[in-house]
Amino acid sequence: MAIAAQPQMPRVWRAETKPHKFCPGCGHGIVLKALGEAIDALDIQERTIFGCDIGCSLLSWDFFNLDTVQTHHGRTTPVLVGIKRARPELVVVSYMGDGGAYAIGAQHLVSSASRNDLVTIIVVNNTVYAMTGGQMAPTTLPGQKTETTPYGRDARLTGRPILGPELVAAIAPPGAYVARGSIANIVQLKNFIQKGLQNQLEGRGIAFIEALSSCPTNWHTNAAATWGFVEKEMTAYFPVGELRTPEEGPSGRFQEVPARGFQS
Amino acid sequence: MTGNEVVAWAALAAGADIMYGYPITPQNEIMHYWTRMAPKYERGFLQTEDEISAGFATVGGVLAGKRAFTATAGPGNILMQEAMAMAEMMRLPTVVVVTQRGGPSTATVIYSQQELNLTCFGGNGEGLRIVYSPSSHDELFLYTIKAFNSAWKYRFPTFVLGDGYQSKMREPVTIFDPEARGITMEPCRPMVGLSGLPGEERDPAHLRNTYNLEDELYEVLMTAIKEYEAIAPQVVEWDTYAVDDAELLIIAHGVVSRAARAAVVSLRERGFKAGYFRPVTLKPFPAETLRPLAARARNLLVVESAYGQLKRQVQAGLYGLETPVTGYLRPGMGITPEEIVEFVHAKELI
Amino acid sequence: MDFNLKIALAGEGGQGVQSVAEIITEAAYQAGFQALYIPNFGVEQRGGVSVAFVQISREPVSAPKFTTGDIVVALSHRAVERVRQYVGEKTLLVYEVGLEDDVLQVYGERQRRLAVPALAIAQEEMHPRVFNVIILGVLVGVTGFLEHRDVEQALERQFGHKFAQDPDLRELNYRALDRGYEIGSGKREVGNGR
Repeated sequence: MAIAAQPQMPRVWRAETKPHKFCPGCGHGIVLKALGEAIDALDIQERTIFGCDIGCSLLSWDFFNLDTVQTHHGRTTPVLVGIKRARPELVVVSYMGDGGAYAIGAQHLVSSASRNDLVTIIVVNNTVYAMTGGQMAPTTLPGQKTETTPYGRDARLTGRPILGPELVAAIAPPGAYVARGSIANIVQLKNFIQKGLQNQLEGRGIAFIEALSSCPTNWHTNAAATWGFVEKEMTAYFPVGELRTPEEGPSGRFQEVPARGFQS
Repeated sequence: MTGNEVVAWAALAAGADIMYGYPITPQNEIMHYWTRMAPKYERGFLQTEDEISAGFATVGGVLAGKRAFTATAGPGNILMQEAMAMAEMMRLPTVVVVTQRGGPSTATVIYSQQELNLTCFGGNGEGLRIVYSPSSHDELFLYTIKAFNSAWKYRFPTFVLGDGYQSKMREPVTIFDPEARGITMEPCRPMVGLSGLPGEERDPAHLRNTYNLEDELYEVLMTAIKEYEAIAPQVVEWDTYAVDDAELLIIAHGVVSRAARAAVVSLRERGFKAGYFRPVTLKPFPAETLRPLAARARNLLVVESAYGQLKRQVQAGLYGLETPVTGYLRPGMGITPEEIVEFVHAKELI
Repeated sequence: MDFNLKIALAGEGGQGVQSVAEIITEAAYQAGFQALYIPNFGVEQRGGVSVAFVQISREPVSAPKFTTGDIVVALSHRAVERVRQYVGEKTLLVYEVGLEDDVLQVYGERQRRLAVPALAIAQEEMHPRVFNVIILGVLVGVTGFLEHRDVEQALERQFGHKFAQDPDLRELNYRALDRGYEIGSGKREVGNGR
């Protein structure tokens, strides 16, 4: 006798706001599931604050049974840093898209990385500004057509795709955790996110996880082409894996600066 | 075509050289149309990392002597203000198209008239700006072209204050070549990158927006203010209908002025002496024209999709007049002629 | 009062609500009327009910949206409730016949209405994709102010590139238009001389 299996959803998911508002084929649902599972595994629901940005990430404002704040574009991390500094016992998760994190929010990323802020940042990278209709994003691939690169992104004029995790990995002090996962491997992604939360719980430093994700609506792709883009074309530019673990420092020269003349 | 498409065509027709922009609803399609057309007409485009950058890049474009423009809305308009303050101080002919959406903060992406304060006074200065408020596609086209001319002629940051309804709606429009209508585009002059070796063949351009002492600043400001006041009569624009014997004067701007005018027509048809006044430039505000009309009326009704932003300007301009001012204030909501008429009767304004 | 027609249409994304609105607006414009069309949308641009507002008159339209429609079209379960604010006593409510129960529940027996078996016609006589063109035909029939030619030309402008690739599509669309027109003109009361 066949029993229809209900997919097991994380406890921290809020059932009343499901079905969610994301498009069919959107990667957000998968990333949020991985995040939910990680929060469940660490049993931190009660003290986790979830922050989301502008864009499709804002559709997650009522997604979890977690206290949530939707901020302005690119300002999610500073708001959560503000919460964390005021109430260090809380666990803060900054959830953004590639536009919020790498364009308008880039300065905050650089500053938080340098400060090694105790925040877990998740960036959902789908190479476009999806909510506003598919404009070029910092992670748009060269040659990729978007609404503001209708003839294909010209890297000579607009630069190459930003490598966010690589940037954070290069500047964050020791204690940082930096990784890039993908919706094509949800077990690994959940693992990375859990390690990222753990990094904050153990007070080691910033945690930054980029998740390669899909947007068939703005890519105008069918299911096969969508997965092809995520699994093959995106990974060619954005390598999946862990870039920093808390034991290592950034690559290249990094000198521990001894504190001088300060009383502890 | 939609209003956003109209703006793109107008910028093209005006000879705009380059657009800087950042995605924000409801102006995105201006960028979409521009990026498709620009290469064919050898115009430039850069999508910047945010509106702060878009505003400052536009400042850079005009410093270089090119017709540069940008477009934004809502929270993006807030970020744009830093660059616009610099433009005010340094007398830079920037052109910004604002497509108002609900506020404050993210609010709605749809529509409002709530960015009047921000667009007219958003910098940390005295608001020496030119602001046009179009109400139709034909006007969106005309005033986008005019914005470039006013900016380059008078050298105050210039704005076209549209809204999300106008951006997204389709209505008939006539596109034209400015020359064909006798409009000559104001020439552009660079402030940097002038020809000749600086220091030898010419003085270098040393541009700053910083001053040391109060007196220095005062002098610079008063010069600009006097100039602004002197050119105001040439720039200011307004429209009126049925005002000669109007007992009730209805005042509105932008797309709402269409509903106000239709309300006046409707009231007149039933024998009520209503009239309509519409500021077409919000800055400079046509207070002098409005005063005698307001003095003759028994009641003034300000109608806007904001909570008093236009009303405050009207009251400031009419200070001392005893005619009572009422507001039909609907922040973020569209306004129909029927509801204006209903309000007029409910409040017994006529 | 001069000719002044207000139509609101609502349905699920994908049902072609915006297309119908754009085509009828374009047709009216080509026929010499003032026509204004505006879509409705929120931050959650995907997944909400798709609503369109069309106004046609001889004078420029005075506001992009209106409070009460002369004709309101509801094509999905969610749309029936969504359009409530635009339906007045005199409004003609046009809807897919499958929504009859919803309509009666929300609006009652006394609402002026026209049920259209668009889904059945599209699926059985034509092709599901021309569902919205049938509705377009109904609107043209009910209002009676447009010539067939105007609408066909507008259809051509909207879908011409698709017709070029597959000429059978053109024929299919015209048939759907005619079929809808039959249904609509049988109910014609509004549109002229309002």
